[in-house]
Amino acid sequence: MLMPMKHIDEYRDPALARKLLDEIHRKASRHWTIMEICGGQTHSIIRNGIDQLLPDTIELVHGPGCPVCVTPLESIERALAIAAWEEVIFTSFGDMLRVPGNSGDLFMVRSAGGDVRIVFSPLDALQIARDNPSKEVVFFAVGFETTAPANAMAVWQAAREGINNFSVLVSQVMVPPAMRAILSSPDNRVQGFLAAGHVCAVMGYEEYEPIAREFQVPIVPTGFEPVELLAGILKTVELLEEGKAEVVNCYGRVVSRAGNPVAQETIQKVFKVTDRQWRGIGLIPGSGLGLRKEFARFDAEKKFNVTNISAEESPLCMSGSVLQGILKPDGCPAFAKECTPQHPLGATMVSSEGACAAYYKYHLDTP
Amino acid sequence: MTIAPICPIPIMQHETVQMAHGAGGRLSQALMQRVFMPHLHNAFLDLLDDQAKLDLPSGRTAFTTDTYVVSPIFFPGGNIGELAVNGTVNDLAVGGAKPLYLSAGFVLEEGFSLVELETIVKSMAEAARRAGVMIVTGDTKVVGKGQCDRVFINTSGIGVIREGVNLSCRNLKAGDSIILSGTVGDHGMAIMTSREGLSFQSRITSDCAALNGMIGAILDEVPFAIHAMRDPTRGGVAATLNELANSSSIGIEIHETTIPVKPDVRGACELLGIDPLHVANEGKLVVAVAAGDAEKVLKVMRSFDLGRDAVIIGSVVDDHPGMVVMRTVYGSRRIIDLPLGEQLPRIC
Amino acid sequence: MCLAIPGKLIELTTENGLKMGIIDVNGSKTRACLEYVPDIKIGQYTIVHAGFALKIIDEEEAAESLKLWQELIESGAFQPDEEFPSQESL
Repeated sequence: MLMPMKHIDEYRDPALARKLLDEIHRKASRHWTIMEICGGQTHSIIRNGIDQLLPDTIELVHGPGCPVCVTPLESIERALAIAAWEEVIFTSFGDMLRVPGNSGDLFMVRSAGGDVRIVFSPLDALQIARDNPSKEVVFFAVGFETTAPANAMAVWQAAREGINNFSVLVSQVMVPPAMRAILSSPDNRVQGFLAAGHVCAVMGYEEYEPIAREFQVPIVPTGFEPVELLAGILKTVELLEEGKAEVVNCYGRVVSRAGNPVAQETIQKVFKVTDRQWRGIGLIPGSGLGLRKEFARFDAEKKFNVTNISAEESPLCMSGSVLQGILKPDGCPAFAKECTPQHPLGATMVSSEGACAAYYKYHLDTP
Repeated sequence: MTIAPICPIPIMQHETVQMAHGAGGRLSQALMQRVFMPHLHNAFLDLLDDQAKLDLPSGRTAFTTDTYVVSPIFFPGGNIGELAVNGTVNDLAVGGAKPLYLSAGFVLEEGFSLVELETIVKSMAEAARRAGVMIVTGDTKVVGKGQCDRVFINTSGIGVIREGVNLSCRNLKAGDSIILSGTVGDHGMAIMTSREGLSFQSRITSDCAALNGMIGAILDEVPFAIHAMRDPTRGGVAATLNELANSSSIGIEIHETTIPVKPDVRGACELLGIDPLHVANEGKLVVAVAAGDAEKVLKVMRSFDLGRDAVIIGSVVDDHPGMVVMRTVYGSRRIIDLPLGEQLPRIC
Repeated sequence: MCLAIPGKLIELTTENGLKMGIIDVNGSKTRACLEYVPDIKIGQYTIVHAGFALKIIDEEEAAESLKLWQELIESGAFQPDEEFPSQESL
C-alpha cells in the first residue's frame, strides 16, 4: 500500500537515518551548539524526535525561523483592525488566524461577523479581489524569503491588471540579518547553523559566506526530512570538528549558490529592504521588506491608516528568548501553565511551527 | 386526482423548499408525499402518527443522538443523509448495541432544491436498509433563506445492548491491543477536496459506512474480551485514542510504521500540512481488546470489506497515563495530542 | 521555513497572463504559478510553496546525495570491530 512519494520518502528512510546518526555519534568529539532558523525544520526535528536521537554532545537550539512567531504584535493588531471593517475581505495563510493580539485573534473577528478567509496563496486573494469588486481585499503578507516571491507576484499582478481593491499588509522578514543579530548578541552560544533550505532555494547561499567568515561559524543549507536534517547536522559537526567556517550546501537538489534569479528580481522590483521589528527580539535593522513607493497604493497599512496602532506584550511571555535560542520552551516558567496552545501568551505557542507549540505538542515530559 | 387548493400557488410547480412547506398545512403534506414517503416507508412511518410505538427486545437500551451539519452536503463518496444514518448507527454499535430504530429531524433552508433533498432522503433510506435499521419517526422544519445552510439533519437512535457485553472507554487495561480497521483520513480529505477548488484536487472518497455488521461479527467471536470500541470521527484517530487514554487514565503507545494511509491521502496531507491521525473518518473502527484475542478479532475484521486493512497499531500501557505516545520509524517517541480545533493548513 | 512540497508537473496552462501548472503529489493535485520556473517541462519535479513553484528539482543532485549517503552504509564507515580492538587482540 505504501507507494513511495518521490523526493520525500527517500529522505525518511530509517536505515539511512540510523547510519547518519551513527556517523554523528562517531564524529562529535565535544559539545557543539547548532541552531536551525526555520520553523519547518524545527517542527520536523521535534516531530520526528531527532533531538532525542542525537548524542548528548550535540545541542540543537531553535531559532526565530517561524514568520508567524516573529510578526510584531502591532502587525497583528493592525490586521485585527482592518479585518473588522465591513467592506473588507481579510485573507491570510491559516497559521495567522489564531495568533493572539491584545484584543483577540482573527478567528474571533470572524465569529463577530468579519469576513476573514484562509487562502493557500496570495494569488487566491487576488482572485477574491477580482470576484468582489465592491469589496476591499487585504492579504496578510507574512513570511520569510521563501514567501516573498509569491507576495511580490501578487502585488505585481495587481498593478499590471489594475486591481485596485487589493492591498497587502506586509510582514516580510529576512534570515541573514537575524543570523547576524543572534551571532552579535553577548549571550550567543550558537556555533553552527543549519540554513533554511527553501529560503536558500530562493536566495541562494552566497549571502551567508560573509557571515560565516565574519563570525567564524559553519553554515549548512539543509532540507526538512529527517535524513536531510541529519545529513545537514553531520556536515555541520564535521565542519566544526575541522574548524572550518564555511558554507557547505547539503540540499543540492533544490539549493544553488545563486538561488532563483527570476524570483529575486521580482522581489527587488516590488519590495525594498527596511528595518523591521521581530516579535520577542526587537528591531533588527535591514531585516525586513516593505513595498516600494511605486506600489504604495497596495500597502494596506497606508490604505487603512493603521500605522499608528501599537501593542503591548504579555510580561510573562519569553518567546523572545526562545526565538533567539537562549531559552528552551520548557525552560519558560509559563510553559504549559499560563501558556498553552488553547490560551497562548505569545506566537511561539500558537504557530504550528513555533518551538513552544512543537515542544508542547510532541515532547513527552510536558506536564 | 384533483387538488382544491386553498393556497393559490399550485403545489406541483415548486422545485425548491418554501416556508410554507414547514407550516404543517397542505404544502407540508405535499412535501411528505413527494419527497419523504416514496423512500421512507415502513409500518411505523406509514401510520403518520406523532410518535412511533415500539416493542423493544429485552436488555439494556442504548440511545444516542447526533446532528449533521457537514458542508458540502454532497461530497465524494457520500452525502449528509448517509452520514446521518451511518454515524448514529455506529454510535450505537460501538457501545455493543444492535441498532434498531432511528429518528430523523430536518431543518431545511428556504430555497433548497427539492431534487437534492430527495436524493439525500433516498440515500438515507438505502443506508438504513444496508444497516438493517428503520427510520421510524421524523420531523421537518423550514427556516428562512440564510438561516441555515441548505439542510441540517439530526438523527437519534435506539438499540439493545448484548447481554453481558460491557464496552466503555473507561475499560482499557494495560496489555490490551489497539486495533484499527483501516486507512485513516479518507473522509476529512474528501471534504477538503470538495471545498478547496483548484488549490487542491484529488480523487479521495469518503469512507462513510455503517460498522454494525462488522462489530456484530466481532462480538459474536469474542464477546467479553473487547474492552472498548470507538469510531474515530472529528479529530481523527488521535482524538479517539486520547479520549480512551484519558477516560481509562492509562497510556497508549502506537507505532508509526503500522498506521495505514492511502497514498493519495498521504499526498493530500503532505500538501496541506496536516497529520492524517488528526483527520476525520466516518467508517473506521478502533478496538481495544485483551491481547490474547487480538488475532481473532483481526481475522474477523479482515473478512469484511470494511476491515480488510485492519491492523494492530499499538497497545495499552501503564506508562504516561492519559497520554498517547507514538514510536516513530526512527525509534524516537512523541506525543500524539488532541488537535486544537479547526485544521489550519500550514504554510510554514 | 516553509512547507514546500515536491511534486510532478503534469499540466501547463495560462491564467491572467501568468504561466500556471497542475502539480501532482501522489495523486493529489494542486495548481501552482510557474513564473519562477520558466524552463520547467512536464514530468519534471518542483517544490511548491504558497501556490508558487520555486525551483526545478535537480534529479542528478538528488541522486548524488542519496548515493553519497548510501555509500556510508555500504562502505561500512563505522565498523565497531575495526575501530575498537577487542580485548583478546590486545
